Amino acid sequence: MRYLPHTEADRRAMLAAIGAGSVDALYQDVAGSARLPGLLDLPRHQPEMTVERELAALAARNRPAGSMAFFQGAGAYRHHVPASVDHLIQRGEFLTSYTPYQPEVAQGTLQALFEFQTQVALISAMDVANASMYDGATAAAEAVMMANRLTRRRKALVAGGLHPHYREVIETYGRWGGFTVQAGAPDPTGIEDLVAGIDRETSCVVVQNPSVFGHISDHTALAEAAHAAGALLIVVVTEIVSLGLLTPPGEMGADIFAAEGQSIGNALNFGGPYLGLFATRDKYVRQMPGRLAGETVDADGRRGWVLTLSTREQHIRREKATSNICTNSGLCALAFTIHLSLLGEAGFTHLASLNHARAVQLAEKLGAVKGVTVLNPAFFNEFTVRLPKPAGAVVDRLLERGVLAGVPAQRLWPDRPELADLLLVAATETNTEADLDLFAGALVEVL
Amino acid sequence: MPETRFTQEHEWIRMDGDTAVVGITDYAQQQLGDIVYVELPAVGKALKKGDEAAVVESVKAASEVYAPLSGTVAAVNEALAADPALVNQAAADAGWFLKLTGVAAAEFGQLMDEAAYKKYLAGLA
Repeated sequence: MRYLPHTEADRRAMLAAIGAGSVDALYQDVAGSARLPGLLDLPRHQPEMTVERELAALAARNRPAGSMAFFQGAGAYRHHVPASVDHLIQRGEFLTSYTPYQPEVAQGTLQALFEFQTQVALISAMDVANASMYDGATAAAEAVMMANRLTRRRKALVAGGLHPHYREVIETYGRWGGFTVQAGAPDPTGIEDLVAGIDRETSCVVVQNPSVFGHISDHTALAEAAHAAGALLIVVVTEIVSLGLLTPPGEMGADIFAAEGQSIGNALNFGGPYLGLFATRDKYVRQMPGRLAGETVDADGRRGWVLTLSTREQHIRREKATSNICTNSGLCALAFTIHLSLLGEAGFTHLASLNHARAVQLAEKLGAVKGVTVLNPAFFNEFTVRLPKPAGAVVDRLLERGVLAGVPAQRLWPDRPELADLLLVAATETNTEADLDLFAGALVEVL
Repeated sequence: MPETRFTQEHEWIRMDGDTAVVGITDYAQQQLGDIVYVELPAVGKALKKGDEAAVVESVKAASEVYAPLSGTVAAVNEALAADPALVNQAAADAGWFLKLTGVAAAEFGQLMDEAAYKKYLAGLA
């Protein structure tokens, strides 16, 4: 039985106090199609062994990433996470303290967050990073709102190379947060010129590097053009391992860095929980959203950690806070920090090199298949190929041959039929030479 | 010496010709403690009396500063960005927040004079 302490009379009294007619009325903002009309159709009770068998049978219908040659990317990447990471984050001191609500009691948690922030700032070449956001897409939307506050403008110019899910999250925030989004068309060839789109209303330009199609760009000139017009440059990174090799956003003049940190320390996790990374310049820290761990000394002069600049935050500043985020992705951030610490600077660079080398090998093999064109002159571990047939059907047929071949562009842009033949393909250190050969061989067969 | 007037929200307003200079009182800065940041409005912004004009942050709290008069923001104290502690050190002069133009003399006249403000403070103690 369910244990719910409230009686019907309690519920009626609470609903009357807030002026709601029913409990369901509290959920009216959730689309009907997303709501369950009644109870799940489940048997009332079953023996435990029967339930285990049933669930095991359901789970067996999944195709785990590790069970086949896997080339999916487009914002979520399969990397090897050392077993020590999962072991360490499950220590009770870390696992149970989670996000600090009485922060200074949990010095270990704060120190870990401080180290995390330091790592994020170092790899992005920014001045200051926060203790993390929910994921890359919400970090990007928060970055736009921060730029709006700083510039007192309300229009974001969003690149066609930005992952469309990120763009949609930004648009959702804009719809309810009162700003407009001027978005470029999907840019599979990586040639879009954003400078012409900047005007005196533009609060920020949002670009992704590498772009969702895998293109690598130098955004220095774009940063200069944005700054000349009084706008900020936001650089989004969805594959954080790329910063082991590529010029970091801070060195290209980015004002805000918003990224997905899943690749380091965190498994694919069916799409979440993920880890939003967020960093900016010192001079903008007051408008930065999120928690911030700082280093200080206690009354006896010993090194210690605190949550700092909390007056930006909701529990003090209420509706005037920089953001309504009052938590962070604590455990995912810890996993990131442990994994990156284990790698070290040289290891991180080496990991990035392995990824790039695998992707180059794959691009050569796929590019040699008749009718297949690699669109990217330069890429990190992900690139776009044009197939002689619709990519969705090709991916389905490759799946039958044990290859998860990538993400058809059409899945990300369902309303863009001109992208039907494009496939986004990623390779990481987890792919073997045999995987690459299987993919290229199977592609010849299905085309 | 131009006349200074006060609000119950502990702001001071001094007429400098047609311009009203606005800051927070020494009492206010003492209550707030160490001030670490002052968020100032955009120059050119039109404010109605009672609108939020600025936000002042101390180590423990963030407090709104409301426009004591209707007017247009003509200038803000840029020095506070680098040195917000100016408000603690010299609330009544170097720690000013903003200047308003286009204010109504009648609105200014309705504010407390120094004697009335001192009496108001004594009532709070």
